[in-house]
Amino acid sequence: MEKQRYERPIIRRLNTGVMNKFGTKTEYEPVTHIDDCAVKDLLADYGSPLFVISEKKIHETYQEAKRAFTTRYPKVQFAWSYKTNYISAVCNVYHQLGSWAEVVSGFEYQKALKNGVPGSKIIFNGPDKTVDELKLAMENKSLIHIDHLDELYTLTELCEETGIRPKVAIRINMDTGIYPMWDRFGFNYENGQAWDAINKIVLSDRMDLVGLHCHIGTFMLTANAYGVAATKLSELALSIQSKYGKKIQYIDMGGGFASKNTLKGSFLSGYDTSPSFDDYAEAISTSIMNAGFVEDELPLLILETGRAMIDEAGYLLGSVISNKRLSDGRKATIMDFGVNIMFTSFWYDHKISPAQEFSHHTEDTVMYGPLCMNIDVVRENATLPPMKRGDQVVVHTVGAYNMTQWMQFIALRPAVVMIDLQGKPHLIRKREELTNIDQQEQMPDYLKEFKL
Amino acid sequence: MISLKKNIAVSESGFVFNPTTGDSFSLNGVGTDILKLMKDGKSEAEIKSTVRTWYDVDQDTFDKDYYDFLKMLGQYKLLDAE
Amino acid sequence: MKKQLTIAVTGLNNIDSPGPGVPVIRALRDSEEFDVRIIGLSYEALEPGIYMHDVVDHVYQIPFPKSGTEVIYSRIAYINSLENIDVLIPNFDAELFNFIKLADRMEKELNIKTFLPTVEQFEARHKVNLEEFGEKHGLLVPKSKMIFSTAEVPKLAQDFTYPVVVKGQFYDAHIAYNQEQVATYFNKIAAKWGLPIVIQQFVYGTEVNIVALGDGEGNMVGAVPMRKQYITDKGKAWAGVSLDDEGLLNEAKSMIASSKWRGGMELEYIKTSDDEYYLLEINPRFPAWVYLAVGCGQNLPEALVKLALGETVENFTDYEIGKMFIRYSWDLIVNMKEFEEISTTGELGTSSKKRAS
Repeated sequence: MEKQRYERPIIRRLNTGVMNKFGTKTEYEPVTHIDDCAVKDLLADYGSPLFVISEKKIHETYQEAKRAFTTRYPKVQFAWSYKTNYISAVCNVYHQLGSWAEVVSGFEYQKALKNGVPGSKIIFNGPDKTVDELKLAMENKSLIHIDHLDELYTLTELCEETGIRPKVAIRINMDTGIYPMWDRFGFNYENGQAWDAINKIVLSDRMDLVGLHCHIGTFMLTANAYGVAATKLSELALSIQSKYGKKIQYIDMGGGFASKNTLKGSFLSGYDTSPSFDDYAEAISTSIMNAGFVEDELPLLILETGRAMIDEAGYLLGSVISNKRLSDGRKATIMDFGVNIMFTSFWYDHKISPAQEFSHHTEDTVMYGPLCMNIDVVRENATLPPMKRGDQVVVHTVGAYNMTQWMQFIALRPAVVMIDLQGKPHLIRKREELTNIDQQEQMPDYLKEFKL
Repeated sequence: MISLKKNIAVSESGFVFNPTTGDSFSLNGVGTDILKLMKDGKSEAEIKSTVRTWYDVDQDTFDKDYYDFLKMLGQYKLLDAE
Repeated sequence: MKKQLTIAVTGLNNIDSPGPGVPVIRALRDSEEFDVRIIGLSYEALEPGIYMHDVVDHVYQIPFPKSGTEVIYSRIAYINSLENIDVLIPNFDAELFNFIKLADRMEKELNIKTFLPTVEQFEARHKVNLEEFGEKHGLLVPKSKMIFSTAEVPKLAQDFTYPVVVKGQFYDAHIAYNQEQVATYFNKIAAKWGLPIVIQQFVYGTEVNIVALGDGEGNMVGAVPMRKQYITDKGKAWAGVSLDDEGLLNEAKSMIASSKWRGGMELEYIKTSDDEYYLLEINPRFPAWVYLAVGCGQNLPEALVKLALGETVENFTDYEIGKMFIRYSWDLIVNMKEFEEISTTGELGTSSKKRAS
């Protein structure tokens, strides 16, 4: 007689406590394959845990975003936000699709150059640009987005020194009716700082003010705020034109579009509630189109959206290390991945699916990571089938920020695999080894030996 | 020996009602089988060997799961400890 | 002969703070034109409607709103494959967003009809957007503000005078007379219903409510104003009476005309001593007291079903004034077997009435 598939015995109490109109969710539906690659095989080949990027999903999302904007606005350019995911293979997928590079540090700038992005297609953002980095960006004809007055003064000095006339934009912050208002970057629109900077740039006549940039927030669940921001930038562009006779060539709306993740504490699934590219595109395009530009003088619209572009294309595969019973009777599951490599679990309830079939029975469990740290909680409460040591899971929507904000803390960082459009996996970042970390360290001679 | 309380009924669908406390529970397949074997008065050794002939599971894994399951039954006050 | 219809209804929680499902079903069962088979859709195994066999013919559990539209759609598709649903009437605020998103797909792929507000209407009437909604449609709305942290509480005094009303985004409302109370309610509500929390200026006056049905073209099909005569400790109506309040009817009529509201709704107003009507809340579905409208001569749920089916509906021109409803509770005696069935299989067939083949 063939034996039945085993599943850990579970018992679950029905309807205890107060009746709640809407209680826990059932999220469980096994995910055994990603783009035709078996989860089981991927983990066997590249080890557990493992980040997986779907090139197919990147393409689909990019085309979706492109369609949403280009059907509404004539001149659109995407720039890949390096900080969201700067693994070079990932960047190059976006560059092949036509994205420029958007960087916020000298390190990212170098990475973009190394990937082969022409200097003139690199947007250099952020509050921290050194003198050497600015000089390099000027020589490369990159688009320098000025964040503060000190940077403007440094840049002016460099212009005198080198005789180069750089292309610049200024970053504007403003009230778009959302909370919290991001006013720490750039120059404020409402209190006149922005005009002050614009006047200085134009009157110094050492650089070309070609663009206006803003980035109003992150994980923006309302598309309207972008409409407000686009209107304000357009008005500013038109006033510059009428005051100085200078045409602003582009408006850069930054990023901050929400992905399909579910923020902690929210009631409905992010998959359903996050605005679509169409929503954002409608708000932004309508505002610029209605601002009063002459039709063939509409500025280029640049978008630096990172999270909404790649979040869904990233998966984290992992395995169960152990099951535990906590002192209060709750079930706990320890996974081989934690907040060290999945930083975003601090603010999202990531969807987690088992990678093998189970019966329909589920139990509530706390999901912990493998770190010896109390804060290492992947999900405070997940409803999953009874998993045993070695069972595998798929964490969804982890493509943004995790592969850049991950920490080499306690454990080494896992490998990253990209599944290409034909469904073939490629290793794009090797699993870290001791030597990768060790080679950066130096040992003074007197500490080389000891006796215990 | 640990045994299931006499008045506990286990249905085919894996539904358990404790008439003393008024609590009701649902079980998965393996859990239902274990409770039924306990209800039939089988010993721990008999239960373990029977489950292992029915299901594809090694001894260590099942031992660990079995004791955790018993603990939950105890916590839910479904057991008579003698 | 009456027309045979299969209608799925949620909100079977006919408890002390009742959902509108059972009253809506009761209205449909009163219909002179339809002979209905009622499919109850439940979230919890203890919703009383599940066990009311003369109210609901067959019950299915459905997944919670947070599981997302895909999961909910596949469950509805499964239920439809057995039941062939003609019309679906959701009755909870918190599930409406998902059903509105699914409405087109359900109609196209499953031939299930609904009559729901548009996403824009649903979002615009949301507590956090109500002030803007009021401005747009020329309605008086008390000043309100969303807050995300208790750190914002001290600043409230700049814009509001105490007392204020502290509200959750879907449910719950408490009157707070000072900062400390705001903070306490903030934490209480946030723990249950999430962020943001809405702070609304408290307006002195009498609370009056109106149930209404908009046809989506700006026409108000019917409406009955009501004043709660007694409320429970949860603020729910215990008893109420239909009112002769032309002002309130006009408020509802102009709101529906200007917003082109589609579907059932309940408007909650404060009527001040100067006879001004401040709109406190728009509930985007029928309230639990909708059966009072039926009792007054306006079967609004029946009219909603007709609109869903694309039939023309005559406006109601009249209703009985001074009719009362008094809510009571009733202990059903239920066999454990039924609870077992709904808990383990997620279904309960309760009626001898056969499915339409």
